[in-house]
Amino acid sequence: MAKSLGSSGHLVVRNLSKHFAKRGGPEAKIVRAVNDVSFSVPRGTSLGLVGESGCGKSTVARAVLRLIEPDSGSIVFDGTDVRAAKGTALRGLRRRMQIVFQDPYSSLNPRRTIRQALEEPLRVHLRVSSKEIGEKAEAAMAEVGLPREAMDRYPHEFSGGQRQRIGIARALVLDPELVVADEPVSALDVSVQAQILRLLEGLRERRGLSFLFVSHDLGVVRRFCDRLCVMYLGRIVEEGATADVLDQPLHPYTKLLRDSYPVPDPRARRALTKIVGEVPSPTNPPPGCAFHPRCVRAESLCSIEWPQLGTLETGHSCACHFPEHGASGRTTSRVRAR
Amino acid sequence: MTSFSKPALDIRNLRTEFRIGGRWYPAVRNLSVSLMPNETLAVVGESGSGKSVTALSILRLLPSAGARIDSGEILFDGRNLAMLSEREMSAIRGNSIAMIFQEPMTSLNPTMTIGEQIAEAIIIHRGGRHSEALAEALRLLKEVKIGSPESRLHDYPHQFSGGMRQRVMIAMALACHPKILLADEPTTALDVTIQAQVLKQLDELKQAYGMSVLFITHNLGVVAQIADRVAVMYAGEIVELASVEALFAKPMHPYTAALLGAMPRADRASESLEPIPGGAPTLTTMPPGCAYAPRCSFKQRSCSELRPELLACGDPGHLVRCSVRLTGGMR
Repeated sequence: MAKSLGSSGHLVVRNLSKHFAKRGGPEAKIVRAVNDVSFSVPRGTSLGLVGESGCGKSTVARAVLRLIEPDSGSIVFDGTDVRAAKGTALRGLRRRMQIVFQDPYSSLNPRRTIRQALEEPLRVHLRVSSKEIGEKAEAAMAEVGLPREAMDRYPHEFSGGQRQRIGIARALVLDPELVVADEPVSALDVSVQAQILRLLEGLRERRGLSFLFVSHDLGVVRRFCDRLCVMYLGRIVEEGATADVLDQPLHPYTKLLRDSYPVPDPRARRALTKIVGEVPSPTNPPPGCAFHPRCVRAESLCSIEWPQLGTLETGHSCACHFPEHGASGRTTSRVRAR
Repeated sequence: MTSFSKPALDIRNLRTEFRIGGRWYPAVRNLSVSLMPNETLAVVGESGSGKSVTALSILRLLPSAGARIDSGEILFDGRNLAMLSEREMSAIRGNSIAMIFQEPMTSLNPTMTIGEQIAEAIIIHRGGRHSEALAEALRLLKEVKIGSPESRLHDYPHQFSGGMRQRVMIAMALACHPKILLADEPTTALDVTIQAQVLKQLDELKQAYGMSVLFITHNLGVVAQIADRVAVMYAGEIVELASVEALFAKPMHPYTAALLGAMPRADRASESLEPIPGGAPTLTTMPPGCAYAPRCSFKQRSCSELRPELLACGDPGHLVRCSVRLTGGMR
C-alpha cells in the first residue's frame, strides 16, 4: 500500500493526526490540532496549505519533517517511510527535506556569523573538506542574491528581507529536494515579499524543488502554488488546483475566506453580507461539520454528520454536505450525501 | 466630504524627528494633509515610512526623550495640538481624539475587567457615577456586537479572542464619542474573516458616530475596501494623495504603481509580479533629492539632486511628489 502511494507523489501524507494534551485549568483537554489529513505533493510542484490561525497548517508542516511527532498516519517521502526512519536514515531524509520559517531571525543564532550558520549543516551532513564546505556555502549565498562579504556578518546586521534570504540559503546548502516553507513571506513588506517570491520561483524552476507552502495569504498562494488544501479546525475541507479553489470554491468556508480577502480594487468592494462568528476552539469543536455554526448553507444534517471529502471529475474535492456551485450530479462520491 | 466644509484635522508641514547618535533625523518630513468630517483617510506605506509616527505625533504620544515635533502645526478644533501642554493634551486624548492599535492586548490592562476599563475612561473624561459608566460600557459592548455582553463585562482581557479584544478597544475608543479615530493597523494581527468583520463594523460606527477616521495600514487591499482618500507615504513623506478611485485606477507616483505591481492578487491570476529592487532608506541614510530615486525605474539625473514637491497633477485633489511625472516624462 505504502509503495503504491509513494509512487504517486514526491511526498505523500495519509491520515495524519496530531493531538496535544492541554494541561492546567480545571480539567485536562485535548487539542485536536490535525485530524486525518491526507495530501500528496508531486515532484517539482508546490502544494499550498491555507487557513486561519489555529487551523493546524503549521502543525502539519512540522509533523511532515517530524519536528513534531505525529500521533498517527503515514508520511512517505520519495518512497521512504518517514515515520519509521531512524538514525542515519532519518538524518539522510532530513537533508533532503528542509524548512524555511516565517521569521529567520528567531532561527539564526545571534552570536554566529552567517558563514557559521550556513556551514554547520554541511559539517553535520556531509563528509567533505572544509574548502568544499566553504565553496558550497558561498554558492548558496550567491544563489539567494547576497554578496560574499555578507558571509562574515551577524544576523542583526541584515534587514528582514535579507534575513529571509539567509534562511533560504541555509535550507539550500544541503541541496534538498523538498522545501517546507512556513509563512516564508508573511513578515515582509510588499515590495520585499515580491523579491522573495520571485527568488523562490526561480529556485523551484532551476532546482526542480517540491514545495509544501504554508500561508494564510491567498494572494501569495495564488502566485506560488499549483494546488491548494484549505484547512479548517485541523481538517482539510477543500483541495484542488489553485485557480479552481479560488475562482470556484466548493466549500462555503473557502468562499468565505476568499470573499474576506481584501482585493486592491475599490470597484470590487464587497458588501460583506453575512460573516458571522469566530473559529471555535479546537479543544471543543462543534459536532458534525466543524464549520456549520458559521455556515450560511448549513442544514440540520451538518450538525450531526461530518461530511467526507468527495472528489469531482476535475480532481477538485471538498468536504461539505451542501457545496457551492451546484456541484451535485457531477460528483463521483458522497459530496452530496443527503 | 464637501469641499466647503472645514477639515476636522489639519496637519501643516509637520516634521517629526528622532535623535540617533546625538543628531536629529526626520522620520516625518513636511507632511501636510487634512482629514475632512466623516472621511476615512487611509495612510499607506511600508515599515519605516513614518505612518505610525504621524499618528503618534497627532496625539503627542512620542517618547519624551529622543523624539520631538520639530516644526509644523496640527490644527484641531481651533487649536494647534503641537503647542498644547501635556495637561491640555490629556483632556483631548481618548476623548475627542481616540486611537486604536494593532495589538489590543498590549493596550488593555490585564488586571482589570473589560467593563471597569471602559467605565474608567468614561469617568475620567466625562465624570458621572460609576454605575452609569458601567451601564454605558454595557451599551458599548452591545454596540460592537460582543455576544452575551452582560457577562463579558466582568471578563478579563485574556478571556477574549484577538478579534473580540479589538472590538473591546473600539468600544473603549467610542466611549467618549470622539470626533477623530486614529486606527493604527487595527486589523493587521487578525485573520481575514475577522478582519472583514472588524472593518465593516468600523465603517458602520463611523457613520453612526459621525467620526473621521485616519486609518494607517500597509495593506493596499484594505485601503481599497475602506478608504475615501489615500495618502501614500515613503521615507517620511507623502508621495501621493488622491481619492481611492483615482489612486487605484491611475496611480501617478512610480512608487505607488510599483507597490500595486508587487502585490500578488487572490482574485485573479497575476500575469506579472514585479518586485521593487533594493530597500527603503533608513533615517540616517536618506538620499538627497527624491527618496525613492535609488529604486525608481523612471529616474532621471535631476531626481537625485532636487527634492520634488507634492503638487497637483491634472485631476483636482490628486497630488504627486514626482518631478518626472509632473513634467510628463513618464509616458
